[in-house]
Amino acid sequence: MRRIISILLENEAGALSRVAGLFSARGYNIEAMTVAPTHDPGISRMTVVTRGSEEIMEQVLKQLNKLVEVIRVHDLTEGPHIERELMLIKVHAVGPDREEVKRLSDIFRGRIIDVTDRSYTIELTGTGEKLDAFIHALDPGMVIEVVRSGASAISRGAKSI
Amino acid sequence: MTSPTTTQDRLNPEPEAEELTGAEIVVRALRDEGVEFIFGYPGGAVLYIYDKLEQQDAVKHILVRHEQAAVHAADAYSRVTGKVGVALVTSGPGATNAVTGIATAYMDSIPMVIITGQVPVALIGNDAFQEVDTVGITRPCTKHNFLVKDVRDLASTLKTAFYLAASGRPGPVLVDIPKDVTSHKTPYHYPEKVVLRSYKPTVKGHPGQVRKAMQLITSAQRPMFYTGGGIVLGNASEALRTLVRALRAPITNTLMGLGAYPASDRQFLGMLGMHGTYEANMAVQHCDVLVALGARFDDRVTGNLAKFAPHARIVHVDVDPSSISKNVRVDVPIVGDLQQVLREMNQLLAESDQGNDPQAMRAWWAQIEEWRQRDCLCYVQDERIIKPQFVMQKLFELTGGEAIVTSDVGQHQMWAAQFYGFDRPRRWINSGGLGTMGFGLPAAMGAQVAEPDSTVVCVTGDGSIQMNIQELSTCLQYHLPVKVACLNNHYLGMVRQWQEFFYENRYAMSYVDALPDFVKLAEAYGHVGLRADTPADVEPVIREALRLKDRMVFMDFQVDPAENVYPMVPAGAALSDMILV
Ligand SMILES: Cc1cc2nc3c(=O)[nH]c(=O)nc-3n(C[C@H](O)[C@H](O)[C@H](O)COP(=O)(O)OP(=O)(O)OC[C@H]3O[C@@H](n4cnc5c(N)ncnc54)[C@H](O)[C@@H]3O)c2cc1C
Ligand SMILES: Cc1ncc(C[n+]2csc(CCOP(=O)(O)OP(=O)(O)O)c2C)c(N)n1
Ligand SMILES: [Mg+2]
Repeated sequence: MRRIISILLENEAGALSRVAGLFSARGYNIEAMTVAPTHDPGISRMTVVTRGSEEIMEQVLKQLNKLVEVIRVHDLTEGPHIERELMLIKVHAVGPDREEVKRLSDIFRGRIIDVTDRSYTIELTGTGEKLDAFIHALDPGMVIEVVRSGASAISRGAKSI
Repeated sequence: MTSPTTTQDRLNPEPEAEELTGAEIVVRALRDEGVEFIFGYPGGAVLYIYDKLEQQDAVKHILVRHEQAAVHAADAYSRVTGKVGVALVTSGPGATNAVTGIATAYMDSIPMVIITGQVPVALIGNDAFQEVDTVGITRPCTKHNFLVKDVRDLASTLKTAFYLAASGRPGPVLVDIPKDVTSHKTPYHYPEKVVLRSYKPTVKGHPGQVRKAMQLITSAQRPMFYTGGGIVLGNASEALRTLVRALRAPITNTLMGLGAYPASDRQFLGMLGMHGTYEANMAVQHCDVLVALGARFDDRVTGNLAKFAPHARIVHVDVDPSSISKNVRVDVPIVGDLQQVLREMNQLLAESDQGNDPQAMRAWWAQIEEWRQRDCLCYVQDERIIKPQFVMQKLFELTGGEAIVTSDVGQHQMWAAQFYGFDRPRRWINSGGLGTMGFGLPAAMGAQVAEPDSTVVCVTGDGSIQMNIQELSTCLQYHLPVKVACLNNHYLGMVRQWQEFFYENRYAMSYVDALPDFVKLAEAYGHVGLRADTPADVEPVIREALRLKDRMVFMDFQVDPAENVYPMVPAGAALSDMILV
């Protein structure tokens, strides 16, 4: 099952590689991993998207908690949550495609953030599925370059993790 | 990672704190931690530290002959004393040589602090002379590690390292110190206490869970205790004895838990697992409540997981939540320190009138005694060739079961575990989790340093002893009267046994040709060497070795090369499917 895990950890050199190393050493799967400092510059928040059975997820959470620099671990998929990912995508846009790409971008609530006479660069946020859908909606030959941030996620409601 | 000091600490050092160099801080911190002995090997990156060690005598340094041995010796020192073991090595090859020792301690949860030298801060990442990414290399085999880039962080980092090593589930913590940091100066202030927002081990068991566990245990028809290294590490043997005796329940120990419950007690069924006794394994397979205390359901213990303890509801107490329900789902999990949890269990038992049904217990014990009758460890000693089991049995008798026994890895290790009955914890010192050949001799040195007046025997094999034989030189330098008992079968016996059972007798690379004459070798190192060729030699050789109280003695027992360790549960089989003699 797909899981989104939020981790608060000390914002220190090496903390990230401890988490990454744990996943690779124990053979846990990582689909995506993002990390950046929070409003408290001493604390980073990491979001890991992973997949595994109930038993494996239990171990993942316990092992993460065991890392000395990890302050808190929370499986967001246990409750209602919001997930967003940012994609920057550069596409060929010449001739009739130019209008078509713009229209598609509007439908997906994308923003064109860079323009040349042959290309558009579009910024798009949403769930991973939405971003996938946008890519699929384009003719495969049109895509020049894609960069995705990996998911960030937060629980619904007034409480923090 | 960087060190846990806050800017606050840096700005407000103790007003009258003394200015010390990094090297002086290391030595002073060791002293302030009450460290009496450290084990190590010098090199460029740690020369400032060595220079300061030399100028004091509160912290004594034992010079080994290989960094792996420094870590094993410090590890065994910890296993015997319960204190944090400390090793000091240089950068680059010093650090990489130490890695096997660190991984060994990590797998067995031994509290240690390893201090490694590093190239100067400005050269880090530059492929400098004797530079390796020590923190990167040791990250997966330490509980935690630090690179100290600023001398102002050094004292607090060392304090944190000792705290992390010894608290919660213990383990080795490494502190990597660049050379220039050891020469820089800063006011010395050793923190009294460490508070880490991200690290708070659970010590007290959940009271509701503890009560639930006791209800389950006392209502069992066929209870069985399975206890491990956690009892030893948590100094919980006394409390364990009280509980198990009060309940009159049968008990088995893992390889790491031997001595935690007296082997001479009737309630003790011997070790369980791959080379466990018939009665211990059968009792686990047939019990209705299994009480696992400080044991981690290792695959050498459980055999086939799907068939492990099929009738049992399981109570599991462990300080590390990740040990619980990792391999086997348990019914009553309790996270906590065993000393505390056992004390609470004993209290509950004393206050209640609950108790196991006496009739059911009589039937259970009758069944166990029947299994015991199988006498699964029996062997026949004729007058021609020495049986390794016989050597272990004699060693046990002639030392009165009072020796500290360290072991290497292989068949000899299993025979030591089976035939040397330990009545106290911290007397059986071996590498269980990593199974590190070469552990035995340096471990014996660490044990002998910890207890200079005790008899320390290293049980080893012709293969293993050669993995750290150079330490005979250390034994001479420090007058460590270790007794080596080498069960010399001219084989990597444990490998040969697997090849006999599972690879159709193809003995690929398990015969050890061209063995040295160990007697002469011991003599060349300035020690005493004794050889036993026949069964009649065994007792006189051991007696002579023990008589030479102040000498290091190497006993070379020429044992049956074809002997196997029984019982044996083949890997992947159910615990009850044992190959018996
Ligand atoms: C050749 C060979 C053969 C082997 N055969 C066998 C065999 O037949 N049988 C066998 O048993 N082993 C055998 N082993 C050893 C095996 O590999 C494991 O090392 C061993 O079984 C683990 O022991 P343990 O479960 O007691 O755990 P340990 O590794 O000792 O772990 C201790 C546990 O206690 C917990 N703990 C620590 N301190 C505390 C505390 N204060 N409070 C609460 N919990 C605490 C820890 O978190 C951990 O989970 C063999 C090894 C070798 C090399
Ligand atoms: C460093 C290391 N390398 C390899 C092994 C694999 N191994 C386990 S037991 C063994 C044989 C040990 O031989 P010996 O020391 O003679 O003991 P015996 O089994 O003959 O008693 C080997 C090679 C190991 N445990 N450790
Ligand atoms: Mg051998």
